[in-house]
Amino acid sequence: MSEEKQARVLVVTSGKGGVGKTTSTAALGAALAHEGDNVVVIDFDVGLRNLDLVLGAERRVVFDLINVIHGVAKLQQALIRDKRVENLHLLAASQTRDKDALTEEGVAKVIAELRPKFDWIICDSPAGIERGATLAMRHADAAIIVTNPEVSSVRDADRIIGLLDSKTEKAEKGERVDKHLLITRFDPWRASRGEMLAIDDVLEILSVPLLGIIPESEEVLRASNVGSPVTLNSAQSAPAKAYFDAVRRLKGEQIPMNVHSESRGFLNKLFGRKAAA
Amino acid sequence: MNLFHLFRRSSAPVARERLQILLAHERIARSQPDLLGVLREEILAVISRHVPFDPEKVRIEVDRGKSVSTLAVDIEIPNSEQISGIAPPYTPLKVDSGADEYGPAMDQKVA
Repeated sequence: MSEEKQARVLVVTSGKGGVGKTTSTAALGAALAHEGDNVVVIDFDVGLRNLDLVLGAERRVVFDLINVIHGVAKLQQALIRDKRVENLHLLAASQTRDKDALTEEGVAKVIAELRPKFDWIICDSPAGIERGATLAMRHADAAIIVTNPEVSSVRDADRIIGLLDSKTEKAEKGERVDKHLLITRFDPWRASRGEMLAIDDVLEILSVPLLGIIPESEEVLRASNVGSPVTLNSAQSAPAKAYFDAVRRLKGEQIPMNVHSESRGFLNKLFGRKAAA
Repeated sequence: MNLFHLFRRSSAPVARERLQILLAHERIARSQPDLLGVLREEILAVISRHVPFDPEKVRIEVDRGKSVSTLAVDIEIPNSEQISGIAPPYTPLKVDSGADEYGPAMDQKVA
């Protein structure tokens, strides 16, 4: 009996821009692939593609998602295989300014063609609530909602949660898209002093189960500077550990929710505690 | 530096409170789109049936609170000598009982 794979389709979404969707897509995709799964990450940000850059594949894009949709290229020709982890693949967005280039039927066809070939299909959503964002979430089995512990990002996350419950294929069939919250750029020190929303605050407001807490870290920028997901570039760093934990939770493991931290200076720690007390 | 922090009020509880109130309202608004727009139109329609006013001189304010919200409609009604230039043309104010039934709408709460 031949065992046909059926990929799990994830959308990484947020509403607000700049909260870490692309960084998280790259980090999670690379971590899943590193653990042995077959992964494809798709950039849905037509006109403003960046997943290729964060993955260090910007000079290797020949064909993109739009080319595949329009029949200019075969899917196999457009998939870019990562040079570090061979079972990680990228389907880049096009740089066209034509917003209508992304069609609902086209996206459905591409996802259907990818499903039997991979374990995970991760759709990197553009910011906003327009066509690109709704098409990215359209076929999702599960959603990773990325938010910073900050008011505007939490508000937009709430809006996106509403869309996930109404505009997705699953929602229209009366089923539920599994939702996971990924809090990025968290600073435990500032949160402990009441300067930043605490994890529990965000969870209480959004009522979505927590997938992971990615601490604010220099390593994230360093990784994107050199075009390597943080989970590959510095696997022992606090954010990488947090992404690896998130991946294990995605795969159903029960992992205690630690806030991985980079060691702060002795004085900072001492005074940080005092101020929070 | 730390003494300064001790005396500064923490801002995260404020953020949490503001978000809780805002999102409670936005979630309701999603299921009943533009309630405020409907209220505004209907209230103004009722009033314009009895009193002429300049649509530009209508101020509508909402204050969404945790348990109670207020909707304030402030309409500038011209005195009779200024009325002539304003559309719709002046119709004498009817002093019949029918006006009363619209009274409470002004205090309507948007919960």
